[in-house]
Amino acid sequence: MTEIRYLAPGSLDEAVKAFAAASGAASILAGGTDLLVQMRAGVRQPGTIIDIKKIPALTAIEELGGGAFRIGAAVPGAVLAEHPTFGKAWPGVLEAINLIGSKQVQGRASPGGNLCNGSPAGDSVPAMVAAGAVVTIQGPNGGRELPVEAVPAGPGRLNLTPGEIVVSFTFPDRPKGSSDAYLRMIPRTEMDIAVVGLAVNLSMDGGVVTAARVGLGAVAPTVLLVGDAAAALVGSRLEDAALEKAADACRAACNPINDKRGTIAYRTKVAGVLLKRVAAIAAQRAGGN
Amino acid sequence: MNEMSTKWIGARTIRPDGADKVTGRAQYSADYNMPGMVWGKILRSPHAHAAIRSIDTSKAEALPGVKAVVTAKDMVSFPVDKAVALGIQDMRWMARNMLAHEKALFHGHPIAAVAAINEQVAAEACKLIVVDYEVLPHAIEIEDAIKPDAPILHDFMKHEGKPSNIAGTMVLKAGDIENGFAEADVVVERTFTTRPVHQGYIEPHACTVSYAADGRVTIWSSSQGQFMVRAMTSLLTGIPQSNIRAIPAEIGGGFGAKTIVYLEPVAVLLSKKSGRPVKIVMSRDDVQRATGPAPGSLMTVKIGAKKDGTLVAAKGDFYLQAGCLPGSPLRGPVGCSFAAYAIPNVLSTGYDVVSNRSKVAAYRAPGAPHGAFAAETVLDEIAEKLGLDPLEMRIRNSVKPGDKAIYGAVFGDVTFTETVDAIRKHPHYKAPLDKNPRPGVKRGRGVASGFWYNAGGESSVQVNITEDGNVVVTTGHPDVGGSRASIANVVAELIGIEHGRVNVIIGDTQTIGFSNLTGGSRVTFASAMVATASCEKVIGQLKDRAAKIWKIDADAVKWEDGMALPAGDNAGKFPPLSLKELAAKANEMGGPIGTQVQLNTTGADPGFATHCVDVEVDVDLGIIRVLRYTAAQDVGRALHPSYVEGQIQGGVVQGIGWALSEEYLYDKNGKVDNATFLDYRMPVCSDVPMIEALVIEIPNSKHPQGVRGVGEAPIVPPLAAIANAVYDALGKRFFALPMSPPKVTERLDAAD
Amino acid sequence: MAKIHVSTTINGEPLEYLCDASASMLDILRGPLGLTGTKEGCGTGDCGACSVTVDGRLMCSCLMLAVEAEGKQIGTIEGMAQGGELHPLQQKFLEMAALQCGICTPGVLISARSLLEKNPDPTEEEVRFGLAGNLCRCTGYDKIVRAVMETAAEMREAAR
Repeated sequence: MTEIRYLAPGSLDEAVKAFAAASGAASILAGGTDLLVQMRAGVRQPGTIIDIKKIPALTAIEELGGGAFRIGAAVPGAVLAEHPTFGKAWPGVLEAINLIGSKQVQGRASPGGNLCNGSPAGDSVPAMVAAGAVVTIQGPNGGRELPVEAVPAGPGRLNLTPGEIVVSFTFPDRPKGSSDAYLRMIPRTEMDIAVVGLAVNLSMDGGVVTAARVGLGAVAPTVLLVGDAAAALVGSRLEDAALEKAADACRAACNPINDKRGTIAYRTKVAGVLLKRVAAIAAQRAGGN
Repeated sequence: MNEMSTKWIGARTIRPDGADKVTGRAQYSADYNMPGMVWGKILRSPHAHAAIRSIDTSKAEALPGVKAVVTAKDMVSFPVDKAVALGIQDMRWMARNMLAHEKALFHGHPIAAVAAINEQVAAEACKLIVVDYEVLPHAIEIEDAIKPDAPILHDFMKHEGKPSNIAGTMVLKAGDIENGFAEADVVVERTFTTRPVHQGYIEPHACTVSYAADGRVTIWSSSQGQFMVRAMTSLLTGIPQSNIRAIPAEIGGGFGAKTIVYLEPVAVLLSKKSGRPVKIVMSRDDVQRATGPAPGSLMTVKIGAKKDGTLVAAKGDFYLQAGCLPGSPLRGPVGCSFAAYAIPNVLSTGYDVVSNRSKVAAYRAPGAPHGAFAAETVLDEIAEKLGLDPLEMRIRNSVKPGDKAIYGAVFGDVTFTETVDAIRKHPHYKAPLDKNPRPGVKRGRGVASGFWYNAGGESSVQVNITEDGNVVVTTGHPDVGGSRASIANVVAELIGIEHGRVNVIIGDTQTIGFSNLTGGSRVTFASAMVATASCEKVIGQLKDRAAKIWKIDADAVKWEDGMALPAGDNAGKFPPLSLKELAAKANEMGGPIGTQVQLNTTGADPGFATHCVDVEVDVDLGIIRVLRYTAAQDVGRALHPSYVEGQIQGGVVQGIGWALSEEYLYDKNGKVDNATFLDYRMPVCSDVPMIEALVIEIPNSKHPQGVRGVGEAPIVPPLAAIANAVYDALGKRFFALPMSPPKVTERLDAAD
Repeated sequence: MAKIHVSTTINGEPLEYLCDASASMLDILRGPLGLTGTKEGCGTGDCGACSVTVDGRLMCSCLMLAVEAEGKQIGTIEGMAQGGELHPLQQKFLEMAALQCGICTPGVLISARSLLEKNPDPTEEEVRFGLAGNLCRCTGYDKIVRAVMETAAEMREAAR
């Protein structure tokens, strides 16, 4: 039996050093809603647990002006939900983060943990991809930034080098007439993992889409940024033809598996259905902005 | 008795076990510890089907901190060729389920057990047990298990003279089925499948046991019958029942599955070998993987009717999954599916099919929901073909008092039509339903009925008058749904005192007489009947005491409102003697007041239920949600209406899960793929609406308070009611459960 | 390796314990601390039976390491009643029969209290989604939802 060490460093430098020193035998603890389950199941057996919640940058919510935000990777969904303005600027991101698990889980689970768990079905990831969020990463060799969609490498795998820690997410300026939305298909009303998750982020001017990003989850080894779907929406007034074309693009982007949560045929179909529904919600919100 | 004023019977009193349960003080099976206790852990099979060539436990035994290791060899042996019945269980199969003997029969089958100083060491020791397996091909689904070339689980098992996975059959007949169908104007035949579903109790199985130096055993565990725990432990360990004290912990849900044990005998063997108290707690993974779900089924039902809706013939073939050892609940579908209807020609056949999955256990009206799904869906189709109201057709065909049931009994009271009528007249059934409320959304309404046998059986109840003149009642039944609350109401009523002066507790095996399982919708029926007999005896004692004090004849004393009174003017004039006064004089007038009555109760007439449900379908995503649900049931007499409603509401929501989202999924290696509450999808609070329970009270004339069993009938109609509602919404019938979103869209996208 | 020393506050009482780094809060509550009112139904955060509050926020104690309790305020079911007086939710659950077997009840009560602290006047839908993390297999949720709404109404009335 191996003993597990617990560290709760107060600074990022300390955390990075400890993480690098453990050379793969450490796990980062944010909300722990995946880690503790995996440890209990014997899937993960870390020698060291590094609790990052005592590091200020990991738990801060910074309003950068113009709708831009930087949020610490370990901020729990429930805390973000209580922020006075984040949800106004990024309602789709907030609703996605707050679909991670129950109220109990929302008290712990964070977007950083959701991303770093590496599941293609993580709810917050498609929303952050659609938002164009940028991830700030700190490692033994310094810091770097990656778009959210560049972080996952496959189920349970990340494009991070040993010792690198996800620190925060930066959400860009919000032009007038912009908003976002996220929906997922689950069989129950709550407590399920997304069978398909889809986020749309739109900017609109006079009813015409001027910019769009579409994030699509649980239909491929990683969460997808579906450029073709966005392209189909840009310049449109979200007419049926444009929506159908975007839905086609989402279906075409799907590369899912048959598993206990859904079939290939079902997931592919649902990706198209959700595109239309989510785009409508995002457009309505953008119109209201 | 029914004309008596009822101050407490039917009152919504606060349950005797309530305050402990809302404050966290109630002790469940995993909440109990003993001095010097060690931890037990079960090693489980990593194969779905494998012969066990040998088990080497020496390395595990040598690990520091390990106190004992046991395997099937440590158990009393039950050879396969000699049945040993305990209730409806056969100890040959219970033994092999608890610890694998010749073969590992499912992924998760217990192979050996370890006791060690803590859970970590026990887990480590399990890894050191070397099992030499010969891995065999496996069969999970019924279709695969009954194929001619299927891997055979038990070479001693034969069907029609050939080695087979069909462990047994059950056939019930009436009339002449061929002639019956020949008379029919319309015949509908459909084939159905349902998936195994777990009972889903939130409390995992657990126990703490002590085998003392003098051979006396104490078992602390939750179950649906402490006497069953004692009997099975005795049979499997060879320890006499007089030396086993099984103490019933509070039970965190059972729904039938805790009518058998998985851990207690194994823990006792570990305790005996180690000389230490042993605690074993299952994980949720263990529970989902290796404790009884209800069987899956493959069923064909054919029903024939005359143009006027009169049913003339019904045929059912019901294949049920037994799991890895024989014993699926065939009497459920075979006996219940057509029981509510007076059909002259019936042939109902059940097949008990073994396959490489955990042995099934009872689940609320075992087997009946399956059969009702098939039969009540076919009836709906017949009604539609004939242009009849489906409720009207049910009323027209109801069995009558004096009819002989297909399962042999003769019906006494029949209150089926009252349940149908209650739905027919209810605003829900009459309310307009907008079938196309929004684009992409369809709504529909469905009805279905259900039948359950109900049961009587053995119960013991003590009623003791305390020295200060209050009442303590001890029953022998674990309380799963409020039976203590019901019995408190009955006793307060009969003794004629304030409810708060009655306390009801559950005795252990050595402090109360034999009481059969809490199951079969029998406990409130039986224990109220026996409590009544106990109260009558105690009231007799109290009247005797008053007679002695007054020096008059006991017949000249009556008991009213908790007091002895002279029965009439001729008896003489005496001031009343209260219970408190009589209790204070108890010792000088003959000793303590109290009694125990033990009876094998009879007269539990069947239960009938009829349900109505509205559903909404998101057509593009295939998601079905229940919008409104009304469940009518004759309960005879609701001793405590809240807990009667609670039984109905809980049963319905379990039925909703069964119909829409719950199922066992296996991977290609024969391992359960969804052994978590995340992926085994039981309804959560936001999935369901309020469930309106229409409690119909037509007193059962064979019961002192008029009680009829309640707990099981509510889960019988929902599967078919929901399927019929989905048909009403979509115009397509579903013959397979669950109606999960991928299956709904697949069906909607199909050509037909 | 030596166990870790943790100083925390449970139901208002300062308390210290030693634990392994891998022990969950639930393990420590139920084991060394003897607070068995918090139940384990799944160990994966899917049933809510182990619900507690940490610095006032609702969590599953099975998804939290015991070492993380350092310096925090933990609230469990044992601290819900004040002395001998039941919390209005506890009382209403008894009166309205909002429990059957009772194994989910501590978790449901902790969740419901947390819900009403945030939203004293919830709709039925808000109660249902607020309690979606607490599985109950006995009641079909009907009486639970009614009891929570009724308590909320009474607490609002009392606060006037």
